Amino acid sequence: MSNTLQETQDISEIVNRGLKKRYRSEFMFRFYGVVSILFAVVFLLVFFSSIISKGYSAFTQGELNMKIYLNEEVIDPDRLRDEEEIRYANFDKLVLDSLKTYFPEVSSRKERKELKSLVSSGTSLRLQSMVLNDYSLIGQEIDIWVRLDSDIDMYLKGNIDVSLDESQRRISDNQVRWVQELQEQNLISQNFNSTLFTAGDSREPELAGVLGALVGSFFMLIITFIVAFPLGVAAAIYLEEFAPKNRFIDFVEVNINNLAAVPSIIYGLLGLAVFINFFGMPRSAPLVGGLVLALMTFPVIIIASRAALQSVPPSITDAALGVGASKIQTVFDHVFPLALPGMLTGSIIGMARALGESAPLLMIGMVAFVVDVPTSPLDSSAALPVQVYLWADAPERGFVERTSAAILVLLFFLLLMNSTAIWLRNKFETKW
Amino acid sequence: MSISLFLISIIFLGFLSFFWGKRKALLLKNTESLHSLPRYYGYYSLAWFAAPSLLIIFLWLLFSESFVTNQVISLLPESIRALSPNEITLRMNDVKNLAAGNLIAGESFIGLEQAAANYNRITKLVQDVAIYSSLVLSLALFIFSYRSISGKLRARNKVEKIISNLLLASATVAIFATAGILLSVLFEAIRFFQIISFDDFLFGLTWSPQMAIREDQVGSSGLFGAIPLFAGTALISLISLTVAVPVGLMTAIYLSEYAPSKVRSYTKPMLEILSGIPTVVYGFFAAITLAPFIRDFGVTIGLDIASESALGVGLVMGIMIIPLVSSLSDDVISAVPQAMRDGSYGLGATKSETIKKVIIPAALPGIVGGILLAASRAIGETMIVVMAAGLSARLSFNPIDAVTTVTVQIVTLLVGDQEFDSPKTLAAFALGLTLFVVTLALNFYALKIVRKYREQYE
Repeated sequence: MSNTLQETQDISEIVNRGLKKRYRSEFMFRFYGVVSILFAVVFLLVFFSSIISKGYSAFTQGELNMKIYLNEEVIDPDRLRDEEEIRYANFDKLVLDSLKTYFPEVSSRKERKELKSLVSSGTSLRLQSMVLNDYSLIGQEIDIWVRLDSDIDMYLKGNIDVSLDESQRRISDNQVRWVQELQEQNLISQNFNSTLFTAGDSREPELAGVLGALVGSFFMLIITFIVAFPLGVAAAIYLEEFAPKNRFIDFVEVNINNLAAVPSIIYGLLGLAVFINFFGMPRSAPLVGGLVLALMTFPVIIIASRAALQSVPPSITDAALGVGASKIQTVFDHVFPLALPGMLTGSIIGMARALGESAPLLMIGMVAFVVDVPTSPLDSSAALPVQVYLWADAPERGFVERTSAAILVLLFFLLLMNSTAIWLRNKFETKW
Repeated sequence: MSISLFLISIIFLGFLSFFWGKRKALLLKNTESLHSLPRYYGYYSLAWFAAPSLLIIFLWLLFSESFVTNQVISLLPESIRALSPNEITLRMNDVKNLAAGNLIAGESFIGLEQAAANYNRITKLVQDVAIYSSLVLSLALFIFSYRSISGKLRARNKVEKIISNLLLASATVAIFATAGILLSVLFEAIRFFQIISFDDFLFGLTWSPQMAIREDQVGSSGLFGAIPLFAGTALISLISLTVAVPVGLMTAIYLSEYAPSKVRSYTKPMLEILSGIPTVVYGFFAAITLAPFIRDFGVTIGLDIASESALGVGLVMGIMIIPLVSSLSDDVISAVPQAMRDGSYGLGATKSETIKKVIIPAALPGIVGGILLAASRAIGETMIVVMAAGLSARLSFNPIDAVTTVTVQIVTLLVGDQEFDSPKTLAAFALGLTLFVVTLALNFYALKIVRKYREQYE
């Protein structure tokens, strides 16, 4: 008896000796888990703060308060008020003349050029359209806020290091001095950058906006929804409620799972080979983009819709069948309406993913430089994520902040779609 | 009749046919008993009305363009028809541009205007034939169906038959999509392999797809050895998995075994945010923020790190696939039966010992399946690598070098101007085929493992 007691004590001694080590490894293991989660959290924080800190400044734009004299001698010397004549008038000169009133000492060709490039090259176009809209402005002095050139704007936002040698930076010493003088006279201010939301793409950062891309993405999503939602829901209803168990249906299921995992770029190749080269649809058009995204979203919608159908309790089906409804009546009149909110939620989440997708769009030519805002799904257009890609490639410093701003716009819409989906789910989901 | 007017009238007449069918049924109800509810008679006549129109519109959308083009080509002057197919395609593009009312730059050919007029005329003709034939057929079939409505007509059964066939057709779209992907990529890839031998592509060590523009040009013959691309893809995917697998797995373990429900309710949505960020945004972050940081860090420790290093790209891609690894592992870990945990605790094991010695071995097949899925995702990922990885193919396994990947090359070969028959363009499809086959195999295998494993515990 004492022998067994001895043995038990021995064993517990061995166990106790190891316990400290085991608890330490227990602690370490737990610690690794926390570290992993912190890693993801820290990344997210760095990620968002990096993008927000780069992008928030793009929502304002440095503008100069100018008094521009719309000299009739320059615009319409013959006083004919002929549209063609006015269109070709030298509006650049008006801008330069106005700037010269602040800095009369400017004389040399080089200085004049520097002075003129203080303000955006779009200024003369803006004057032109103002005059064409209202001839009575000719001969008057107008007081307007004019966008500064992107390089100057970057300087004002502190993105250009003026301590560098003049040849190393994009703005000259003269320009820095002039801008400082204008600032002292309170003629420069940072105003809300409405261009960002009202213009299409441009080579000049200060004139570029995301509206064209936004409208293009909107058209694409509409087409994606019109094509993928009915097809996906119908396929889900068939597979969930009607499909017999046979090889053919197994094959369909394999295909759906496979489609859900095909890399998105392959869908782009499909779009290029089938929609564009075989059917001759227009390149760069939201129509083709929408169809490609629809094919990509189709399996996602099927999977979500099947889950929604499964969550409808069988008692509903049984009750409907029991009072004599046919199978189709049961599904369409009873199961489908109850599953619809879930289907919509899943579809919206799938569409949000389609909104952020850009790889297949590169394949079908949606990387074209498009200035105009598209008016139909057949026009050439960019899409929001592709606009991000295009601007990220642009060398001008001003596009870095605009890329981040476009990302913020994109993330805003993703957030909007996802919260709509969650709202829908919470509002309509029935707990059984 | 314009297309929009046609569509509006079809929709309007469709509604009308439904109501007429239903009305007749309601009237019949007074005199005889109906087999089905009145609305089914409405659906019945609507189906007869809509079917021919939809069919004709579908065929017209599919084949109108190529039919018209062929007709116009056959009307072209003899001298032009004798040219090669490519030349004719070029001429036809001019014709289409002129027909659409655009100005044609550069030289055209004699008969261009005639051809453009032909093009517009035949397009109009085909459109008219399609529109009127579908209207006539639809109306005829509607009248036929309307007359056949009687109390004995089994309208519900017929309508339900149609609906279930439509549902089946929707489900088979998945097969058509897969077949479409496979065939479109396969056809172009076969054309590529007719020019470049299969062995040269799969085992060649040099990738420089620049083709000679002139016959006598030196040095740019176009080499299509894809090994450097495969190596680059493998390297970047490997780096990303080295990040994603431990972090994702530990996150899943912590969340399912340790974390109090409050932590879980905050962490899960955060991981969902991580998976919801578009890849182009990750790419931007990798290129603009992380790459310069890594390069500067390299300078301070005396390493010459390329600004497009595989390291930076792999790191960001790894973070992108953390949620995937984590959610898949979470699924399999929570599928391990509680009895196995209880048994382990009963023997005096600590929690971490239970996880390491019992749960992970039991969940291993599922975890491996998840890792394979993550790998296939990493291989097929495009935007991050396009924005942050290198463009020139270099055979290197050094993570601080710039390497390129299969997807990057597909994008560079296909974005911008392209001629459709050069091996350069076709190479993109050969790469696409390789990518498709590899990811397909990985997915298929992974899903099989996961499913088999799931069945084991159910």
